[in-house]
Amino acid sequence: MFEVSALHNFGFPANSLDLLGNNEFQTINDDPIGHFHTPITTATSVLGLAFDNGVILAADTLGSYGSLARFKNISRVLKVNKNIILGVGGDYADFQYLKELVNGKMIGEECLEDNVPLKPASLHCWLTRVLYQRRSKVDPLWNNVLIAGVQNKTPYLGFIDKLGTAVKDTVIATGFGAHIAVPLLRNGVQKKPNMNKQEAEELIVKCMEVLYYRDARSFNKYELGIITPDEVQIKGPISIKANWDISQYVSGYE
Amino acid sequence: MALASLPHLSGMKKNDSRFNPYDDNGGSIVAIGGDNYLLIASDTRLSTGYSIYTRNQSKLFQVSNKSIVGCSGCWCDTLTLTRLINARMQMYLHEHNKEMSTPALAQMISTMLYYKRFFPYYVSVVMGGLEPDGSGWVYSYDPIGNLERSKFHAGGSSGALLQPLLDNQVGLKNIQNIVEESITLEKASRIVQDVFISAAERDIYTGDEIHIMCITADGIKEEKVDLRKD
Repeated sequence: MFEVSALHNFGFPANSLDLLGNNEFQTINDDPIGHFHTPITTATSVLGLAFDNGVILAADTLGSYGSLARFKNISRVLKVNKNIILGVGGDYADFQYLKELVNGKMIGEECLEDNVPLKPASLHCWLTRVLYQRRSKVDPLWNNVLIAGVQNKTPYLGFIDKLGTAVKDTVIATGFGAHIAVPLLRNGVQKKPNMNKQEAEELIVKCMEVLYYRDARSFNKYELGIITPDEVQIKGPISIKANWDISQYVSGYE
Repeated sequence: MALASLPHLSGMKKNDSRFNPYDDNGGSIVAIGGDNYLLIASDTRLSTGYSIYTRNQSKLFQVSNKSIVGCSGCWCDTLTLTRLINARMQMYLHEHNKEMSTPALAQMISTMLYYKRFFPYYVSVVMGGLEPDGSGWVYSYDPIGNLERSKFHAGGSSGALLQPLLDNQVGLKNIQNIVEESITLEKASRIVQDVFISAAERDIYTGDEIHIMCITADGIKEEKVDLRKD
């Protein structure tokens, strides 16, 4: 989310929309490689939580254009196969490209006809290499990816950032969620290790609510992805019924 | 000439923050080699800035039955480098029908790091292993492959904090009237735990747990010890 603050003029680095006339070609001259990549349409946090026999992901449906809430109904939680779901944040165009890449990979897997569906750890590793290659070309895919699934009947939750940094854990949140949601999620897990699906969902929903109150780039509509050995569910869009009554008590910061 | 380098235009520079392909994910590694053992330990915290990615990520990678690579710094580079090392260990095994020796691995890592001299792996590597004569040795590297062979080393985010402590406690430097003798495994293990506890007090990138691995003629043993988690 800190990258977003670097956006000016809705993030376009010197183009015809820049009517201020100060868009000399300096960015081109300063960049020896000749490209400059900043995210344009961005999506905020993705949350992930592993429970007793599965994993739950959550992400809202907003595509932001700098501080403009540009697209209010975009989906970024997707089913890959019966073992894997993905939740993606960051640049939405890069996400759509990544989605097609994963789609192509899945078609390739299907063509093998070996009835061995791709497992989450494999896709996690593969995506790590994709993102690392792009960062090594200094032309990154500007995304945070959560990979959730079930492998050998145990929940699997992985994370990759735009550099190819890969992490595996039972609680992961990206962007602003790393600051706001992770403490709440870790606290919930500490109080009740081995949550069931319903308890995990309640905790994630609570976190999405808190994020809606505190993250200025978030939205009151979100999707949930829930994966267990028996089923894959993409739920939503679900609306947050916000209560702003208490907001009047927050004062003195003006 | 870049326009922004002209003083009267420098204020106009818009895109001054370019994409940074590196991150500092922290983590520390300590290794001690003895007469018949090699002890290597890392913490298990993986961070970025003031955030913790995970509290449970060891930075030790067993690449053969005789050697362990410890790698910390930019985690995406660590993942890439260690995977590449593992692949080349496999290739060596299949080509020669034996595991690569520790000194050969040491030189290979140096070459692999230097190969990326002008876009380096941003990592500090500490490799430890048993040599053909059964003694434990430590090889430490800078990001571009400069290599040093020694009996003990501290690397990573607490490297500069811990090295002088090891010089004193393991190398027995700056102590008067002392009989120089080699450190036992039990003593080395105690020192490693103590220095990590000290590092966790002062370095925010070191903490959560210590992952200790020990190679002897009998094989490899591992152990986890708690560190402060704040």
